Amino acid sequence: MTGGTVDHGIRLTVNGREVAVAPHPDRSLLEVLRYELGLTGTKYGCGEGECGACTVLVDGGPARACQLPVAEVEGAMILTVEGLARDGALTDVQRAFVETGAFQCGFCTPGMVVRATGLLARNPHPSDGEIREALDGNLCRCGGYTRIREAVRRAAEAAAPGGSP
Amino acid sequence: MTRGRPRRPWDRTPPEQREYFDLLGEGLVAQLAAPSAPDAGSRGDAPASGAWLHVGPDGIVRAFTGKAEVGQGTRTALGLLVAEELRLPLERIELEMADTDLCPWDMGTFGSRSMPDAGPALRAAAAGAREALLDLAAAARSLPRDRLEAREGEVRLRGATSGTPYAELVRGLREVRTIDRKIGLTPPSAWERAGHPVADPRGADVVTGRRAYVSDLRPPGLQYGAVLHPPRYGARLRHAEPGPEPLPAGTRLVVEPPFVGAVGPSPRLARAALAQVRADWILPEPNDVDVEAYLRSHPRTEESWDRVEDRAGDPDHALASATVTVRATYRTAYVAHVPLETRAAVAEWEGRRLTVWVGTQTPFRARDHVAEALAMSVDDVRVIVPFTGAGFGGKHGGDVATAAARLARAVGCPVALQYSREEEFRFGYFRPMAIIDIAAGAEKDGRLSAWTFHNTNAGAAALRTPYRVAHRRIDNELSESPLPQGAYRSLAANTNNFARESVMDELAARLGIDPLEFRRKNLEDERLRAVLDRAADRSGWGGWVPRAGWGHGLALGFEKSGRVATVAEVEVRGERDLRVRRLVTAFEAGAIVHPRNLLSQVEGAAVQAIGGALFEEIRTRAGRVLNPRLSQYRVPRFSDLPEIEVVLLDRPDLPPAGGGETPMIATAPAIANAIFDATGRRVRHLPLLGKEPTAPTDRPSTENLTPAAG
Repeated sequence: MTGGTVDHGIRLTVNGREVAVAPHPDRSLLEVLRYELGLTGTKYGCGEGECGACTVLVDGGPARACQLPVAEVEGAMILTVEGLARDGALTDVQRAFVETGAFQCGFCTPGMVVRATGLLARNPHPSDGEIREALDGNLCRCGGYTRIREAVRRAAEAAAPGGSP
Repeated sequence: MTRGRPRRPWDRTPPEQREYFDLLGEGLVAQLAAPSAPDAGSRGDAPASGAWLHVGPDGIVRAFTGKAEVGQGTRTALGLLVAEELRLPLERIELEMADTDLCPWDMGTFGSRSMPDAGPALRAAAAGAREALLDLAAAARSLPRDRLEAREGEVRLRGATSGTPYAELVRGLREVRTIDRKIGLTPPSAWERAGHPVADPRGADVVTGRRAYVSDLRPPGLQYGAVLHPPRYGARLRHAEPGPEPLPAGTRLVVEPPFVGAVGPSPRLARAALAQVRADWILPEPNDVDVEAYLRSHPRTEESWDRVEDRAGDPDHALASATVTVRATYRTAYVAHVPLETRAAVAEWEGRRLTVWVGTQTPFRARDHVAEALAMSVDDVRVIVPFTGAGFGGKHGGDVATAAARLARAVGCPVALQYSREEEFRFGYFRPMAIIDIAAGAEKDGRLSAWTFHNTNAGAAALRTPYRVAHRRIDNELSESPLPQGAYRSLAANTNNFARESVMDELAARLGIDPLEFRRKNLEDERLRAVLDRAADRSGWGGWVPRAGWGHGLALGFEKSGRVATVAEVEVRGERDLRVRRLVTAFEAGAIVHPRNLLSQVEGAAVQAIGGALFEEIRTRAGRVLNPRLSQYRVPRFSDLPEIEVVLLDRPDLPPAGGGETPMIATAPAIANAIFDATGRRVRHLPLLGKEPTAPTDRPSTENLTPAAG
């Protein structure tokens, strides 16, 4: 039984909005986001947790939505790329990606932005090694890692006291 | 971006019958006499790109090109060229790309043709529009035409700080100007917008997730599809029927043999429905047991643009008398493109007319493909390429568009189809596996004296040598491939350059001459010398402190009017344990249009090239891909990233060439040469960290082909 009622649904909070979705053992958080909630910013890239295109924050920590059965995130606070900018104002990380030109096709960008946001929330001044380690699970097939690293550095600077706005 | 639909696609409508103003509103249209679609397969003599644009009373310029944006940055780069000729800010330009109903016919987005083909066409159309606006202003204001100039979206009296906005000049207008392709263009040395760094005007859409890629489109009533694929390459369906199990709720099978698919409320449910199908296949004999032997014994004989032959002097005699010779066979593996967005399409019917949004690099060819497969008039098929998650040469054609169209026709509602990653690996196509047999000779003074170079199944790109050599025999053989193969970023240039630049290194080593000196001595092309010198200087060539396990290598290449040289620094820690520590690439492709994007392209090309150089390799058995997952097919990650330094040489005196492909072709040989420098071991196969291909005894001489030893 799938796509059924939400009466006995699983409740979760997505980008501040409470939603209820039908439980199903095979249903991933990615499927719910993309096909039920219309949140297509979170991408499908591989379906096995190897590419990071589906990265979201679950209770503040990075997670791969394609590997998460939706039943496992009951009650959790989910933040997707669509939930980052408030009232149209880009976050430091988002602005840094635009200003640095840290994307080519842009398909990995939502996952990268979300992962970088998670990193900077925990570690506002990461070293290059820490950036590399945090983003190693996010593939950019266009090979834009140099620009992406620069964008994360720039976002960290912007967020620092006295950093450029 | 979907607008109304013309009665017939504009590329198939005589210019005077196109409903420009019905669809775009009043304004001024500037069009280039567009070429019509040539006969299929005539890629060698590509017709010039067409272009048209519309200046509207909202002050927005809509410029139409058949090229697609696939992540290479063409949208912004072409926009800058239009902005330049029209003296407008980039934000006022909207590029309408790869919509087969509205855009000029185009062969496809490949071969680094967007800058050299679409660039001049759009520049000409924009320059023509600017001149038309000057005419309009002169007439409307009774001003002397020769005292007017276009600036900042206005026509002004020369030197004035304000004037009449274009928007005002085109209000109420319905005028079409046909522009001469030879109209004067603003030279790059005078550019004020193009050639200067800009950010992507639509960057906010990317970082917020708002940008809709093909797989993100959700037209009302959308259902999701899945298609049945053969169990191995070349298998044909004998029979298919629904199994006894009930289908998941809301799903339907579509059985139109040999096509079998399913549609449901989500991709997962469509796949579950498809899994109920019982299919019986006719399996071909596997012919990938020894792919090399197969390729060597199955030459293709038909005419092809992808063949080159270059003969001069008496290379066999020159080889016999050379001071040093190298005879070697180089090999490269099948490689997958792995665009991060897999193949995807959304099809929607309105009566007999169809629209398909699809991630393809060849929208017009996809249109033909769909029309033929579904027995439709081409006029009723509209193919649109919205944003797609990259291509790298891997998204040619229209298979997925056709399948989505079939499913949508069968179920009577829009259908989205997206390949899983495994399907993308299994049912796409690969960069060809190739074998290159080389014999080369050089003299004591460092002069290259003999060069024979024959590749099997790679293709012709970068086949000719840029080095001066009087006695040469250079050619290539195209083969039947036991596995599906096709285009790839830089095509054969990766393969041919790897072999050639490696052998140049081998010769230098035999002669005891520095590899940089050896190349300089034999190089004719000044532009190549320039990139070589810049890369060498920047890298500090020759000045390194020796360090156990570390080595340096260089390579150069030219292709598609671009010149590149790369210096690699590697650390070899053991067999299969190697780190690329630093890559310095100097690149020149004429005048630079969009410097930030070009930098990204060159850096990205370096990273992608690392994958093909070190570890990317499709393995198959009996027509099945053995490593169809990202956990099994390794592509470069952050942790593979070396220090990358890029030197861009700007040549405002030369027309802009493409920059997405050629920057990658010197990377693999530079790394291979660095491994030799570090270890004395010559690796003659790609990927360099892959297993040494076995060489049966009946193959041509493979002298010097020593197996890789730790």
